[in-house]
Amino acid sequence: MNESLFINIIIGISIASTPLIFAAIGELLVERSGVLNLGVEGMMIVGALLGFIVQFHTGNPFLAVFAALLGGMAISSIFAFLTQFLLTNQVATGLALTLFGLGFSAFAGRGYTEETIVLIKAIHIPVLSDIPFIGPLVFSMNPLVYLAFLMVYLVWWFLFKTKQGLILRSIGDNHDAAHAIGHNVVRYRFMAILFGGAMAGVGGAFLSLVQVPIWGEDMTAGRGWIALGLVVFASWQPFRIILGAILFGGITVLQLHAQGFDIRISAQYLSMLPYLATIIILVSLRIRLKNKTNRTVPNCLGRIFHSTS
Amino acid sequence: MIKLIPRVENSKAMILLSPLLAMTLTALSALIIFIFILDDIKVSSVFFTLFVLPLTDSYLFPELLVKAAPLMIIGLGLSIGFRAGIWNIGAEGQYVIGGIAGGAVGLYFYNVEGFWLLPLMAIASILGGMFYASIAAFLRIRYQVNEILVTLMLTYVAVLFLSAMLQGPLRNPAGFNFPESRIFHDSAMLPIIWEGTRLHIGFIIAIIISLVAWFGIKKHMFGMQIKITGSAPRAAKFAGFNDNKTVLYSLLISGGLAGLAGFFEASGPAGQLTPGLPQFYGFTAIIVAFLARLHPIGILFSSLLIALSYVGGEEVQIEYNLPSSITQIFQGMLLFYFLACDILIKYKVVLNKTKN
Repeated sequence: MNESLFINIIIGISIASTPLIFAAIGELLVERSGVLNLGVEGMMIVGALLGFIVQFHTGNPFLAVFAALLGGMAISSIFAFLTQFLLTNQVATGLALTLFGLGFSAFAGRGYTEETIVLIKAIHIPVLSDIPFIGPLVFSMNPLVYLAFLMVYLVWWFLFKTKQGLILRSIGDNHDAAHAIGHNVVRYRFMAILFGGAMAGVGGAFLSLVQVPIWGEDMTAGRGWIALGLVVFASWQPFRIILGAILFGGITVLQLHAQGFDIRISAQYLSMLPYLATIIILVSLRIRLKNKTNRTVPNCLGRIFHSTS
Repeated sequence: MIKLIPRVENSKAMILLSPLLAMTLTALSALIIFIFILDDIKVSSVFFTLFVLPLTDSYLFPELLVKAAPLMIIGLGLSIGFRAGIWNIGAEGQYVIGGIAGGAVGLYFYNVEGFWLLPLMAIASILGGMFYASIAAFLRIRYQVNEILVTLMLTYVAVLFLSAMLQGPLRNPAGFNFPESRIFHDSAMLPIIWEGTRLHIGFIIAIIISLVAWFGIKKHMFGMQIKITGSAPRAAKFAGFNDNKTVLYSLLISGGLAGLAGFFEASGPAGQLTPGLPQFYGFTAIIVAFLARLHPIGILFSSLLIALSYVGGEEVQIEYNLPSSITQIFQGMLLFYFLACDILIKYKVVLNKTKN
């Protein structure tokens, strides 16, 4: 295979999979704490919009990403408040969050649909980036791609190497027991939800700051939901998120290249691939697990916690 | 400190009061938003257009009923699954497939007159929606794959399929390559029941289906079964209820009703298949179902309420150039407030002054 085509494909995959990594790793931590937040799609679109607006007005990518992070956090705090303090049904509240986020961003972003911004560019490290083959593959990615990988590592490290991570996992597995030995279930979950919101926000911003220089109200196109599927696919193990996301990135890139090669299938059928692949991957996971129950599912996932004392 | 004390018994008063409280809070929030974003338009007149005019205006009121019909039957179907803890979130996809199936039959018999055509289209749309939902049912029963994700992914697929159909086999041959079907001939259009408006027979059918569902859930064993499966899954198992059957039936019912709603839209106000067929009804119906506490008669009212917000939202868009997405914000907010207010049913809120 042509070397530059290969490099282009790898870069394409990294661009397509990074938003999924961000959103999924955030949701993974949330679910590990025993909370199911179906609002990922809504939090992503809000992040995409806020990142775009700040980039448009300031031209400062740091501020833009930070704004997306805060935006995702802010909207996830609604979910956190309702589910943790008012004990609402998590499925319903998460859906409400998605519907609200889509409506809010369509409303707040109506003045920006015709605008364009300067995209965040890939980095270029002198010498290192110029090494043939290795340079473009390892040292010239978009800075946010590196951040995504770093976040996966950090979440793994937090969950499995710190005391707080252990507590968070124990809360996800048995909130009553964790509460009984004195851990603050609500506080841990609240923080986890905010982290999930922040990550979804950054993942959304990646769409409008790196993938395309425009904003559209339907630009997340189900990626929040795919991210939720990725968490299941990864069996709640952080590093497997990367594997799953690369798979999806690969399918997306394949589909784009196929459209470029003038294969006689209409574009719509090719565009269905990522969605169909999500279903196929979830099914294949279950086939692999056979009839064994998935032991890594947090036991208290989606259950409401209320302390009586 | 504010504390929540569990009530011994659910508060009957709050079951009725909390939706009203949620509506009041939504209206108040709307008021605050308008005060912020409206500079030179009178807040009161926007408010009037949004919430009152759809009820009093002789053109808008039938439009409200037109929109209520699909919301009602989709919401009804979803509520059955939700009761049993089966989350069909992709009714929008089943709605689109139903619309395509019904529409395709109508287009196949283009210019063929006959009383049998509409029932045939309706059956095709129901079967289309059922088939589409059955994929999720099959995957859940056979492979324990979560139905939320499957139905949602299939919604995106359905919308792309609609677009492919409208650029391929179903495209109007004399349509200058626009991605639209032919306009249905008269026999393929739902009869109008209110002269001079777009209100069609679908509204009556929706009400009949609601009443049948209400009766069915009350009297039929299956109603009992889904109720128990949802509220006490272990007890349901001991009672010998078949989990897989509940999954299959509730997905088939909700899929079939969503498909029928797609037919209502295509053969009703749209009159043809266009890329504009998906109206977000499948998602909004989730709100309809929850606002009604999954009760069939409640859904009658909540679908009217949500339809009101649709029509009012469109009207303020036309009259005051406000974005129609404001409707979605209010709908999302209403659900937030509603879920929040529900805590008053099971818990008493007490102000705890002494701090220990």
